[in-house]
Amino acid sequence: MDRPNAIEMRHIYKRFGSLVASDHVNFMLCQGEIHALLGENGAGKTTLMRILYGLYHADSGEIVVNGQAAEIKSPKDAIAVGIGMVTQHFALVPPLTVTENIILGYTDGFQINLNEAHRRVAEASEKFGIPVEPKALVKDLSVGQRQRVEILKALYRNANVLIMDEPTAVLVPQEVEQLFESLERLRRQGLSVIFISHKLNEVMTITDRVTVLRLGENAGTVETQSTSPPELARMMVGRETFGVTKTAGKPSQGKIVLELAQVAALDNKGLPALKNITLQVRAGEILGLAGVSGNGQTELAQVLDGTRLVTAGQIKVLNHDITNVGPEKVMAAGVGRIPEDRHESVVAELSVAQNMALEHLDEFTRQGVLNKKTLLEHAKKLIAEYQIKASPGDKIRTLSGGNMQKVILARVLERNPQVIIVAQPTRGLDVGATEYVRGKLLEQRRKGAAILLISEDLDEILELADTIAVIYEGEIMDILPAAAAETERLGLLMSGVKADKVGA
Amino acid sequence: MSFKIERIPAPLWARPLIPLMAIVLTFVLTATLILLANANPLDAYYYFLIDPLSSRVSAIEVLVKATPLLLTGAAVTFAFVGGYWNIGVEGQLYAGATAATAIGIHMQNVSAWIAIPLMLIGGFVAGMLWALVPALMKVKLAIDEVVTTLLLNSVALFMVSALLNGPWRNPISQWPQSPDIAATAIFPKLIPRSRLHLGFILALVIIVILWFVLTKTAFGLKMRAVGLSPHAAQFAGINVQQTMLISALVSGGIGGIAGVSEIAGIHYHLIDAISPGYGYTGIIIATLGTLNAWGVALAALFIGLIDTGAQTVSRALGVPTYLGDVIQAALLLVTLGMLLLQRYRITRTRSES
Repeated sequence: MDRPNAIEMRHIYKRFGSLVASDHVNFMLCQGEIHALLGENGAGKTTLMRILYGLYHADSGEIVVNGQAAEIKSPKDAIAVGIGMVTQHFALVPPLTVTENIILGYTDGFQINLNEAHRRVAEASEKFGIPVEPKALVKDLSVGQRQRVEILKALYRNANVLIMDEPTAVLVPQEVEQLFESLERLRRQGLSVIFISHKLNEVMTITDRVTVLRLGENAGTVETQSTSPPELARMMVGRETFGVTKTAGKPSQGKIVLELAQVAALDNKGLPALKNITLQVRAGEILGLAGVSGNGQTELAQVLDGTRLVTAGQIKVLNHDITNVGPEKVMAAGVGRIPEDRHESVVAELSVAQNMALEHLDEFTRQGVLNKKTLLEHAKKLIAEYQIKASPGDKIRTLSGGNMQKVILARVLERNPQVIIVAQPTRGLDVGATEYVRGKLLEQRRKGAAILLISEDLDEILELADTIAVIYEGEIMDILPAAAAETERLGLLMSGVKADKVGA
Repeated sequence: MSFKIERIPAPLWARPLIPLMAIVLTFVLTATLILLANANPLDAYYYFLIDPLSSRVSAIEVLVKATPLLLTGAAVTFAFVGGYWNIGVEGQLYAGATAATAIGIHMQNVSAWIAIPLMLIGGFVAGMLWALVPALMKVKLAIDEVVTTLLLNSVALFMVSALLNGPWRNPISQWPQSPDIAATAIFPKLIPRSRLHLGFILALVIIVILWFVLTKTAFGLKMRAVGLSPHAAQFAGINVQQTMLISALVSGGIGGIAGVSEIAGIHYHLIDAISPGYGYTGIIIATLGTLNAWGVALAALFIGLIDTGAQTVSRALGVPTYLGDVIQAALLLVTLGMLLLQRYRITRTRSES
């Protein structure tokens, strides 16, 4: 592009502990362009933008704004040089009016002339073509309207660069359309937009250029017009072929153990999170569910754990219907559950022994009284068997993430479950613990368990799964044998592009 | 080298020190007030803490004062452990007292072996019923129990007042005071010519049951799981709603027993000043006792001591008896503050170059 750069980020380096989140990244934003920042979870998109907005500080590297070196130490500095950011979680005060939210923290003097403020907000709304009602209370607005308030707030503070962190994640399709129209209009007025997204379709529709990040590095910047979704997917995932390390190449011939038929469920906000999910897992098979975070994986795991109600469809284990029966009966049907959030499945203030028994207290109880001895021996046995670094009386809170995960693993696997629902099993674990957990899952597979592995770590799925299903916005995009899963295809599916549309 | 406060749990050896530190700090804080009342703080603390134990009569009086506190402390603990913030023990106590009176006045020709158990059952059930509506509202509709149980305390007090000024008003003296309960319904005295009655033994038995249920039974473990992490409890297949409901109702029942004990052990008739806030003091006691049965027993005895001492100190030094209340209130605030300290520890750091 021949236009001058609005933002130049040069050699940005940022480390969190041992993790390099941004490895000498270069990023250039032209004036008046919409520039997508694309990448998998943990590729470093948000980190880079938080550095630009002053929420994080780069360990090294420089930022140039409109040709001048800028030192951005806080969002205040960022706003001062004309950078605004709209995140997924809006920074609005619900009981206040639109005007009050917009001028909040951006007023001079002690007194506020509200009539004057209303007039100026209405003026800005007109000028930027972002329709808002200045006197409306934010709590009465829809998500899309709130986002408009956030955008107007940034523009009102004279932003000429707008960072939008996955702006469409919270919107319904019509709102997405309106947003794109607004962005298009603003770009013509000279605004530069950084558009963080996972969704290839949107990136192809709205942007001028795309920068792909992968594992904290810049994987390349391309013109949107001269690229294609497959190329972007390849850049995002970055692997040409996969080395499948599992022994079996052919799909499992075991009988179908876990079966989901047209399952639907709502998320915590009451919006549809799962739509029409149909899956089958066979004995001796690991079905990997791949997808970008927030596409319904959490809700699917909870539905199977028995902690979330389905609104339609049926879940069966062999011939038992376990739809909406609650955790106790789900476990009784032979389902072992290793959830995404370890802290929500163990009681941190109770001991290792107590937590190990918590799911089957009846077996440790005689006439209502706990048998301390069996409780203790049970814990000792599992601690030895699973090499857990803890003693039975230690509170779970004092354990490392790896040992905590081993406690959960031990509690589940000792019962030789027929079905294992496991979500993000190695998140936050070190290499040793990760290997251990994965090894245990493969061992259970050999023993004939039907395993549903929900993971945002594509490498993990490729290493373990026999079959891969991809979830996107609560729907299963496709189900394919691991051997046939190509990078490009998975990347496209995870970004919401159906297989039959590829190349069309 | 420098020191740093880190957000990691305090070492185990430091934890029992925290209630002790709270008591010391409270005395330091309240010393100012005692000075303002023109008394020597050290003298005052002598009368608060030592003098009541120096004679047999006043030592027994400490146990008398501790009796309702042991019961309300146990009641509050039972609810709090299950994650139910029952602030309504005061009202549940009044409900139990009303039931005990209603039963007790009709026990004229009945043996004590029947009268006393009947009153205890009646009081327990009344306390449970008084706790039922807010507990159901919490469990079924997620309506905050702190507000509902607290507000029901005033309702209980007004209902008792209505009874005493209406059907139960003493026809001769016109005092708002119910008829006396039957002689057989009165708790036997443990020590002749003292006020110490059966209720004290009952309270100790309930403390032991509390300890047993919380530490030895599956239900106790479920309650603790529900109280500490409802999500994890639900995940493990524990019926969170049912567990919370039971802990709320049993808590109310124990509160009711506290009311029975005051009627049958001390007053023998219902008056509207039957409790000077024992239900609220129960919250202080449960907190000071760190929701542990033995801790609750110790805290109840300690508050009983201060209550008794407050009488002596005002007689001996001419300071208001309210100082006892002030000390209790200050103690609660300081303890709550100090409990936060459990989450921190001070570490020594070497400066890195």
